[in-house]
Amino acid sequence: MGLAELTIGEAAAGLDRGDLSAVELLSAVLERASMTEAELHAFLTIDRDGATRGAEDSDRRRAAGEQLGPLDGIPIALKDNLCTHGVETTCSSQILAGYRPPYDATVVGRLRLAGAVLVGKTNLDEFAMGSSTENSAYGATRNPWDTSRVPGGSSGGSAAAVAVGSALGAFGSDTGGSIRQPAALCGVVGVKPTYGLVSRYGLIAFASSLDQIGPFARSVADAVTLWEAVAGHDPLDATSYRGTYPSPRVDLDKGVKGLRIGVVKELSGEGFEPAVEAATARTVEQLAAAGAEVVEVSIPAVEATLSAYYLIAPAEASANLARFDGIRYGHRAAGATTEEMMARTRAEGFGPEVIRRILLGTYALSAGYYDAFYGKALQVRSLLQAELAEAYAVADVLVSPTSPTTAFEVGAKAQDPLAMYLCDICTIPSNLAGHPAMSVPVGLDESGLPIGFQILAPALGEQVMFRVAAEVERLAGFEARPAMVGALA
Amino acid sequence: MPIDIDIAHVARLARLDLDPEAQSGFRQQLGVILEHAAKVQALDTTGFEASGHPLGFTNAFRPDEVRPSLPTAEVLSMAPESRDGYFVVPPALDQED
Repeated sequence: MGLAELTIGEAAAGLDRGDLSAVELLSAVLERASMTEAELHAFLTIDRDGATRGAEDSDRRRAAGEQLGPLDGIPIALKDNLCTHGVETTCSSQILAGYRPPYDATVVGRLRLAGAVLVGKTNLDEFAMGSSTENSAYGATRNPWDTSRVPGGSSGGSAAAVAVGSALGAFGSDTGGSIRQPAALCGVVGVKPTYGLVSRYGLIAFASSLDQIGPFARSVADAVTLWEAVAGHDPLDATSYRGTYPSPRVDLDKGVKGLRIGVVKELSGEGFEPAVEAATARTVEQLAAAGAEVVEVSIPAVEATLSAYYLIAPAEASANLARFDGIRYGHRAAGATTEEMMARTRAEGFGPEVIRRILLGTYALSAGYYDAFYGKALQVRSLLQAELAEAYAVADVLVSPTSPTTAFEVGAKAQDPLAMYLCDICTIPSNLAGHPAMSVPVGLDESGLPIGFQILAPALGEQVMFRVAAEVERLAGFEARPAMVGALA
Repeated sequence: MPIDIDIAHVARLARLDLDPEAQSGFRQQLGVILEHAAKVQALDTTGFEASGHPLGFTNAFRPDEVRPSLPTAEVLSMAPESRDGYFVVPPALDQED
């Protein structure tokens, strides 16, 4: 088996035993990227020089007997909305073409401290707005399981890179499902942590009350390792959580005996593909057979939640993206006055989906409409939180499909924004509530496309979430690999 | 029924210089999206406060200490135009104002 196929756990053990070096591991991963990128386009930037220095430094630390980090020598990819000092960071937008941040995001700094080798920056829907990674100013990313299909989004590049072994793990951001949905569509594990557990400092903001950074990995244990490397208080993020939380690792092998698993009634039926529903039902049956108590729960606000999200997220985006004005960084168009320059810069620099959401948010916040749209959406958010609290009174975790469908064809929803928004029905509730949730691959549909199973937990409930995820992973025994990798492995 | 919006006004508020054709396309799409979004209005939310933050955190303060800032030269090197340590912009007011 090639080194690019190793999990982080296996690679770390191999490095510890001296069976391989960080430089060898990096070169296997870069070779995998060079063989797949022409078809996939998972990366916007591959930082060969920086990664090589990182791998050489790691090998030197190890040889010198210095203290090593938990990810020492492990090649990791980063979504291109995470600021990397001196390495171009574009958010897949023309408006940030050529932007090299003068600082690292906190997550990036923590990964460096953990010894990770940062391979490069992955493609996304522009400013993380989308569910297909088609809305990139630099071209779409394709799904490694079928390159005529989308990888999901917005963190589609990170998901695809991990799926094919162009990185052993990756980070993305999840505002309405942007980690979990592409993880499901690409057959990898994806985690959205509790809001506030991972610092957002240096994550170029989309919707600040919803955005959360999280990992992609090829195993649940790897996802825990990546989560541990970046979680924890950061004084540079005013919304960073200050309290303590239990370690998820200690419970990973405990199984689900005695746990109460709530199946969300509303996340099934119309719009959900039969293969997705069948895989979800099979996984729930397996959990019951493994000793879990299965209950049905109802969250009637789910449909209204989607509507609330498509008011709250664009409203916050319209304010956050006001900073792209052609003054301090990025693209600038000519204009006789500052205002004319700004309006031309923004119209030229932003793509259509970003403009659509800025307009939507500006409208929802404007005089005369604020109470009817934005104010009402914030009330729906409270209603959802109350319904979730009731569900968690009878269940330790909730489960659902991650996405109503498997990967769809490139272009299938590109002209219908509303159809694209409906992709996020299962994932949005956790963002509005600030709760953790994750996707674990559990099978393939009749076309050989991966299906993700979602596990939702209450705030700071990562311990029980990862515990159930580890059992789902064992029960599903998902070991399929994309055909394009099978030929290489 | 799709909601009709004054797209020229909204584009001006958002500082987006869109031509009439682009405005017309966005006006139509936003009308359909807002029709769906308006479903929030049908829900009875009596007694529920607007929640701006998911976990109800309160404001966080840090000690008011002088700390080094980012290097000015590196920051300005990313600006479209700068001079003598400042960002340069076109006139903020129309010359005839």
